[in-house]
Amino acid sequence: MITRRNLIVTGGATLLAGCDAWSNSPILLSAEEANRYLQRSVTGRAALAREFRPDQRSPRFRTNGTANPNTPEYNALAANGFADWRLQVGGMVQRPLSLSLAQLRALPQRAQITRHDCVEGWSAIGKWQGPQLEQVLRLAGLRDGARYIVFHCADVFGQRKIPYYESIDLIDAFHPQTILAWSMNDTPLGVGHGAPLRLRVERQLGYKHAKYVMRIEAVASLDGIGRGKGGFWEDIAGYEWYAGI
Amino acid sequence: MQVYRHRLITRIWHWINALAVLVMIPSGLMIFNAHPRLYWGNYGANFDQAWLKLPQWPGWLTLPSTYDLAGARHWHLFFALVLAFSLLVYLLWSLANRHLQRDLRIRRAELNAAHVVGDLEAHWQMRFHDPADPRAYNLFQKLSYALVLFVLLPLLILTGLALAPAMWPWIADMFGGRQSARSLHFIAMALTSGFVVVHLTLVILAGPINEVRSMITGWWKLPEGEPAE
Repeated sequence: MITRRNLIVTGGATLLAGCDAWSNSPILLSAEEANRYLQRSVTGRAALAREFRPDQRSPRFRTNGTANPNTPEYNALAANGFADWRLQVGGMVQRPLSLSLAQLRALPQRAQITRHDCVEGWSAIGKWQGPQLEQVLRLAGLRDGARYIVFHCADVFGQRKIPYYESIDLIDAFHPQTILAWSMNDTPLGVGHGAPLRLRVERQLGYKHAKYVMRIEAVASLDGIGRGKGGFWEDIAGYEWYAGI
Repeated sequence: MQVYRHRLITRIWHWINALAVLVMIPSGLMIFNAHPRLYWGNYGANFDQAWLKLPQWPGWLTLPSTYDLAGARHWHLFFALVLAFSLLVYLLWSLANRHLQRDLRIRRAELNAAHVVGDLEAHWQMRFHDPADPRAYNLFQKLSYALVLFVLLPLLILTGLALAPAMWPWIADMFGGRQSARSLHFIAMALTSGFVVVHLTLVILAGPINEVRSMITGWWKLPEGEPAE
């Protein structure tokens, strides 16, 4: 029997299910471009994220995502303090590089105390140090047509063991606060926070800050990376590639 | 007798904003479910002191109805633009056409104690308009509309912007840090939800068909036995 109550409950459920199905509609997804355009128009490309005093740091900075890649390859690298680890820099560059931690530490350094904002809503403040990504990209020399920088990582996800990957465009790649951090709170980066090297891209949400970076690749398009949306969570769960909001 | 009560721009904005709020609150609750704890200050995460910890909001209150942070963000960040820009256009337009100055300005006479008590009594007796000027808003209507238009909606927009890592840092500073802004965002949402409940209740008490029709066509039927002007 169709009662009014049933009608309302069923109708409501149908409406809700319908709304769920629209969550990935092109109209809604268009907001990502709009927000990126608006934010970059009003703040400027080189505008800095807030930097904090040492006493404003979180007493305890929680880990997130992978706490330990725990693959045989990673464990072998970690076993001797990443002495054999090399950062590969390739793709559309003039001089592919293979850099040791010592070489990265010998480059001009930037230290910054910044706020890490997770897409889930929490924030933690810590100090990060490392060379600006710009330094490394200048050493390698981007070729004409390179538009994105992709980060390939050591941590793997799911049964298919997909290595984490993320990407940023050249505006963020050359931003002064975009660094390859090997140090956190004045000590070498711990395994939970992405040892030996992680990206800091301070004007975007946490999932953009790739941990356990193994290889940096300059590309003209994100089409060939993963499923084409530019990052692991973007491809798997539909998170925005531009995570400035 | 009918009077023309709501201009076109007011009616268009009302329904755009109603839709935006209807999407923003449930999608915001879904985003909140990803980390249902609130803090004061610049930082705040699991090991820090939360001033409010809530259980997850149930699926019938969230958008999408099952856990989907990415989907909720798609809804929230699209309708955020709808809410913010429609409010901006509406407020500027209403300044220009003098809607705000004429209909929402609170006159000194309305604030004397006898008048306030009189308006309260009238509300209690479910008389929501002044027979001498039925088109005018009463004191509590003016106060609640002003609260929503000038305080709650702008606060929701600004605290929302404060959460964006790419926005000007001074927005978050203004509220005492990003986590404070997130807490205020939640509080402003709760107050706005309170307004929606009271607003809908009063629409029903005042005569839902007449009230809703007036917000669609602009024409509001005077209660029986009242002169038009």
